[in-house]
Amino acid sequence: MHELYRSVFEPGFFASAQVHVAASIGAAVAIVSAVTGVFTVMRGQSFAGHALGDVSAAGGSGALLIGLSPVAGFVGLGIAGAAVMDMIGVSRLRGRDLATGIVLGAAIGLSALFLFLGTTTSATTGATQQILFGSIFTTTSSTIEAVVILGAIAVGSIAAIWRPLLLSTVSLDIAVARGVRVRLVGLLYMLALAVSVGLSSLAIGAILSTALLIGPAAAALRLTKTVTWALAVSCVIGVLATWLGILLAYDSYYWGSAHQSLPVSFFIVGLIFATYLASGLPAARAVSRRRAPALAQAADRDQVAA
Amino acid sequence: MAGHSSLAAVTPGILDVNQVCVTLAGRQILDDVSFTVHAGEFTGLIGPNGAGKTTLLRVILGLQRPASGQVTVLGRPRSVRHQSIGYVPQKLLLDPDMPMRARDLVELGIDGHRYGMRLRSRQRGGAVRAMLHAVDADRFAGARVGNLSGGEQQRVLIAHALISGPRLLLLDEPLANLDLRSGQEIISLLARIAREQQIAVLLSAHEMNPLLPVMDRVVYLAGGRAASGTTDEVVRPEVLSALYGHHVDVLHVHGRVLVVVGPADEAPLAAHPAMQAAACPPAEAG
Repeated sequence: MHELYRSVFEPGFFASAQVHVAASIGAAVAIVSAVTGVFTVMRGQSFAGHALGDVSAAGGSGALLIGLSPVAGFVGLGIAGAAVMDMIGVSRLRGRDLATGIVLGAAIGLSALFLFLGTTTSATTGATQQILFGSIFTTTSSTIEAVVILGAIAVGSIAAIWRPLLLSTVSLDIAVARGVRVRLVGLLYMLALAVSVGLSSLAIGAILSTALLIGPAAAALRLTKTVTWALAVSCVIGVLATWLGILLAYDSYYWGSAHQSLPVSFFIVGLIFATYLASGLPAARAVSRRRAPALAQAADRDQVAA
Repeated sequence: MAGHSSLAAVTPGILDVNQVCVTLAGRQILDDVSFTVHAGEFTGLIGPNGAGKTTLLRVILGLQRPASGQVTVLGRPRSVRHQSIGYVPQKLLLDPDMPMRARDLVELGIDGHRYGMRLRSRQRGGAVRAMLHAVDADRFAGARVGNLSGGEQQRVLIAHALISGPRLLLLDEPLANLDLRSGQEIISLLARIAREQQIAVLLSAHEMNPLLPVMDRVVYLAGGRAASGTTDEVVRPEVLSALYGHHVDVLHVHGRVLVVVGPADEAPLAAHPAMQAAACPPAEAG
């Protein structure tokens, strides 16, 4: 029994300060991503979420260059990017991809410049890896506070616009007719999304932040019938995948003889992907069960028509 | 139903559309449109595609500002309009991936425009159940809306629009995606609701025959111009010919009405004297 325990939790896992910081930040980030992610998937704005990740990358690398904290860079430029996307027309269905694509392209260009300057002027060779693929194990405990406060602001904003956001997600036309200020609601949602993506850039990297945003939410939406349940399930999937990913990354140090930890982002994203695939199984069964009587009915109708 | 129009003249309407003109991108979409809709009445907004039906509904909802003319709902212009109008937009197909049951969507109709979250309460649950019952949607109250058929979704959307207690219900082409039987069921449901709850129903459609049994009044739109009254008053060759600006035949076949518009190359008719008052400002060059 003890052997099994030791093989799952390698020595020092629970005592490691790094693990504590990573687990705290990971959980906070997973919850914020899950909450905004459910709306992102329902609104079909995954592409905007991904683009904000690239904007965060530019922010993070810019912060590195001028010596700011990466969180400030990730979130700060993310918010600016969200505002620009909203201005160009992310709220209009037709202008959405265009606005997103333009901002995304500019952001990646900036990242390339900042990372080049940052890594050539100072000798921080690991910076590119950290910005793009996450730095959850190298983040200091002083960052936890900032992450929790920013996360609470994002979740609080979503709660504040909960009902009009839901209504405008169901139908923009109905929401406008009911007097909802859809522009304002859309902008607040985009800002919450920018904060959430910025935080997850810190945890699993700017490039991979979309995975934490979209994956748990998409899986939860397949498994649940109400938005509230989707939110709860999405949070659970996100937090568990993050924690398990941290554990696996920690353990991976002991796996081979090379004694090198594999990147935590790889494990988190891998677990989320596996969960998403698995969530399709009950959904697929339900569809085939539903489809059978529906087809029979359709056949009946055709006969009547003939 | 002939008595309705004389009654209409004295009682103020729930909806008054008065000499409304709309110009979009230099094109005249609505040209001096006037009509009144009363409580408990079922009004059909009939016209071919592109006649301006959706634009007119948008003007009534306050989403499109008319170039001239006014719309008043319950005697008041704009201000509190969204509280007194229930709206079912056209071609709304709900996403099957949206985790929302029929009863959740109806509940969102109570106060979905308010900020913040709201916990479920017994009172709200009761109101939602009663509304779902009123539109015959009890049996799929717990199903995901995106998985329901077109007719079932229409019922849920009607319940969503009605639960906040509007006096006017606007429906934009609700029959467009429905098979004949579901369409008839929706129409008789709406006619019943209009009478029982004294709500004015204004429903747009490009085909009037399904509406003939229940329609109290018709607003016929063609080329941006409108004629309104009872079906017998409006659906006549001389009225419709004047509206279309071409010779129009109205054929009655097996209880159905067919409107046959003459070929476009025929010489256009002179406008009907009743419609000659050009109340619209000239359209700006576009």
